[in-house]
Amino acid sequence: MTTSDRQGVGASLTRKEDDRFLRGRGQYVGDIRLAGMKEVAFLRSSLAHAKIRGVRIPEASRGCVFVAADLAGVKPIVAISGLPGFKPSEQPALACDKVRQVGELVAMCVGRTRAEAEDIAESIDVDYEELPAVVDMLAARRPESALLHEHWGDNVFLETFVDANMEAAFDAPIKITKDISTSRQSMAPLEGRGTVALWDGRKEQLVLHTGNQMPHIVRSGLSECLGLDEGQVRIISPDVGGGFGYKGILLPEDICLGWLAMRCGHPVRWLEDRREQLTAGANCREHHYRITVYADRDGKLRGVDCEATVDSGAYSSYPFSACLEAAQVASILPGPYDFPSYRCRTWSVATNKCPILPYRGVARTGVCFALELMLDAVASEAGLEPYEVRLANLVRPHQMPFDNITRKHFDSGDYPEALRRALSAIDLPALRERQKKGEPDGRLIGVGMGVYCEQAAHGTSVYAGWGIPMVPGHEQATARVTPDGGLELRVGVHSHGQSMETTLAQIAHEILGVDVDRVKVVHGDTEYTPYSTGTWGSRSAVMAGGAVAAACKEIVQRAKAIGSHLLQADPATVAYKDGAARAASGSVTLREIARTWYRRPQDLPPLVDPRGLEATIGYKPVRDSGTFSYAAHAAIVAVDPALGEVEILDYVIVEDAGKLINPMVADGQIFGGLAQGIGTALYEEMPFDKAGQPLGSTLSDYILPGATETLAPRLIHMETLSPYTEFGVKGLGEGGAIAPPAAIGNAINDALRPLGAEILHSPMTPRRILEAIEKARDAAGAMP
Amino acid sequence: MKPVKFDYARPSTFEAALELLSDEARNAKVLAGGQSLGPLLNMRLVRPGLLVDITGIPELCRFEDRGAEIAIGACVSHSDIEDLRVPDFTRGALPFVASGIAYRAVRTRGTLGGSLAHADPASDWVAILAALGATVELRGATGLRAVALEAFVLGALESDIRHDEILVSARAPKLGPKARWGYYKVCRKPGELAQAIGAVLIDAERDRFRAVIAATEAKPIVIADAKPLLSGDGSFDRSTVEALMVRAGLGDPIDRRVHFVALARAHERALTQ
Repeated sequence: MTTSDRQGVGASLTRKEDDRFLRGRGQYVGDIRLAGMKEVAFLRSSLAHAKIRGVRIPEASRGCVFVAADLAGVKPIVAISGLPGFKPSEQPALACDKVRQVGELVAMCVGRTRAEAEDIAESIDVDYEELPAVVDMLAARRPESALLHEHWGDNVFLETFVDANMEAAFDAPIKITKDISTSRQSMAPLEGRGTVALWDGRKEQLVLHTGNQMPHIVRSGLSECLGLDEGQVRIISPDVGGGFGYKGILLPEDICLGWLAMRCGHPVRWLEDRREQLTAGANCREHHYRITVYADRDGKLRGVDCEATVDSGAYSSYPFSACLEAAQVASILPGPYDFPSYRCRTWSVATNKCPILPYRGVARTGVCFALELMLDAVASEAGLEPYEVRLANLVRPHQMPFDNITRKHFDSGDYPEALRRALSAIDLPALRERQKKGEPDGRLIGVGMGVYCEQAAHGTSVYAGWGIPMVPGHEQATARVTPDGGLELRVGVHSHGQSMETTLAQIAHEILGVDVDRVKVVHGDTEYTPYSTGTWGSRSAVMAGGAVAAACKEIVQRAKAIGSHLLQADPATVAYKDGAARAASGSVTLREIARTWYRRPQDLPPLVDPRGLEATIGYKPVRDSGTFSYAAHAAIVAVDPALGEVEILDYVIVEDAGKLINPMVADGQIFGGLAQGIGTALYEEMPFDKAGQPLGSTLSDYILPGATETLAPRLIHMETLSPYTEFGVKGLGEGGAIAPPAAIGNAINDALRPLGAEILHSPMTPRRILEAIEKARDAAGAMP
Repeated sequence: MKPVKFDYARPSTFEAALELLSDEARNAKVLAGGQSLGPLLNMRLVRPGLLVDITGIPELCRFEDRGAEIAIGACVSHSDIEDLRVPDFTRGALPFVASGIAYRAVRTRGTLGGSLAHADPASDWVAILAALGATVELRGATGLRAVALEAFVLGALESDIRHDEILVSARAPKLGPKARWGYYKVCRKPGELAQAIGAVLIDAERDRFRAVIAATEAKPIVIADAKPLLSGDGSFDRSTVEALMVRAGLGDPIDRRVHFVALARAHERALTQ
């Protein structure tokens, strides 16, 4: 086995970063201790919608409390979309005249300890004039609804419409319409948000330590809001304990602490507590679909017609904006299927809730749930097995690359084969036999599946169309050989669990032959890394991986040139392999080349290439329309019809993400995604009362799946290389979280079919299942 | 989520603890493990001036075999019972229930007396000890008193304990050699608060037939004479139980259904285990 077989692309290396993570030696924002640091607690709005008549600060707390008037000159957060008709919102760092969500920042309070800061926050009186809360996104569009942003005239951030030949489907023999919806969720990384801010007088620079997925984007946004040059702001994102999109945002808290640190003469820290995270931070996933599917009796889809509404919350978050989710719904609802007619209208609706952020899978989880449930309904109507409907409509391998009805460019793959492998793994005929026999414990067995494809690492052409504050271009990486022959990689993406300290090192090893242990990945600091839009959209393996490969290839050329001098060989005859420049006269290692370049330049001729052993290179795939990884998920569940409880008995995932840089890391991504998908399917839900109060304010009210609720899936890998990317890699980070609600939902409905019950809303809680059973029973009782 | 300022004392005698509690001006609150009180303090839902930690009083950490009964000290932890550091006279009922309370970390610190005094409707101890017919013993400045558990729990988070009293122990009758019990808990995931609990005791030799419907968001429904309900073949009359639940104020039919299933399954377990 050669060196590269053990450590390079495709090797299941254990992760370099685990040595510190597993020993509890990670360095998160909460671990930062600075001399003189004070703590910030925020007084947050207790009401969902109200005018602020006044804020009364007790004499004793003056000087420790800052309100909107103190932050004069600070600009609000404005995240626009270039899509026609988008209405921007202005989110002030601290609420001015009005609050639009429970948890909105009203005052910043500074104390020696967090407890003292909370005491100060408690001592402040806010005189609110309560306004009617806008809580239901469907009611929010009615003319009589209260308005969040009065000058808009309605509560709609953006309406979109697409129609591709819809009328041609209207004569289809099967037409099914359903209302399908997904609950609002709170993203819940283990580590909440947090910020430590200080002013560095020597560098005349605001330094913000904040756990974030996109340090460079935060720098741009923060500079704009505070009126600073970007060079006056340094963002450090240390170890990040999970992001999932929750940390892909410019926080109003960041602006407040930055403003304060520039004035107060000491570092300040705010650490989000779990209640802030659950009730005030950000939410995700709240979609409603009124969807109609047209099909022929053989299961062939004729068309999909949908009205989709996304509850976008009170403000448009920076940089993704309030429109990304719904705009994505319209463009990806057709999934991995090929059909001739499509129409979709979407609304991004403002309500008195936290802003919605793109969460792992973004709109795909909801879209997949809606469409896959409809495919099972078509199967039921046509008297077919659900897999038959899918096989009749999945894009076939000979069609690849395939431009679908919304002009998504599917790069490669064999979608039907993934489904066939999943079917064979679960042994469907045996399950159908088991269902006929029934279970000794009275539970009902069901099998369901969900298929998706996942656009990842989509770049300039896609994001320029959405026109949000951030459009990814060429991704850059710096490779720098150290004098002792080690390697530093500097990248602007940031790991919040993606294992990039290992995988990017593997890519460098593949090309330069440097031992993975001697490759240091530097990321999470704007001071040391090239500009990047950061880590989101399953893009880092493709984009940063490609950039690292490009930079390392450049280093190979330069090392060869230096090596040819040392080997006294014609440069054209020098090859670079396994960490050394080689020619007929012998070989010289990268270590020797580096030593010569840095320490013994006298050994090199005067006309040597002056660029040295450090290179920053930009990278884009051959096409920037994105890679399309895909998967077929199959779930087998047992439903207890007396209690509505669901147990997942077996779960199979057949996935294809092209070349896997580190298969073990890919498996870990899929396991974690599945756990979150199970959360969406069965547990997680942030309910609100009529006044807009979030009700899941602790982790005993907001149920997250734990070790006993998740299971190890049976994973089957396929490998169809992307034709457009380095190594044929496709992004896969989000996929695990996309299909579980669809697969589990279809399995539950399959189990409930003998009772005539059906469930179309996630999470599929015991109570919702019991209600569906009751409803079916009442309906059966009402029959003549 | 940090508590307001409070003082903390950990007396080693009853007398010292009772003296601290008796001073109303100090607004004292008993701490007996803190697994419920801790979060309430952090959320500032409870704002005591003084926490009196009673886990330093040796008498509270013991158990006592009193012949027909066993008395378990208030500061005995859930894991003490789970791990059989307290001998079991309940044919496995108490260790079984202990092993299902919250998570192991909570069971290590949380105590029997703390749970009973807190009177959470979803408390496992309230449910199983009410089924066993337990009595709690309380000590105040004026002496000791004993109250049947079902009378002690007045409602959700409300128990018959005065601010200057300490819950000393819970005593439960030992079960006969042929006694049967069943316990069924419905919750969203292991360790979470129960949504419904059914508990059943069938001790025919001692003519004790008891059934408890708990985790009802109010005080548990205790059927002290459940002989007509439980002596049959395992199927019992839904309408009787339904009527009890309606009378107790359980308005939601799906909740009632879940509670009925929990009780029926507890009964089934009692008969089959």
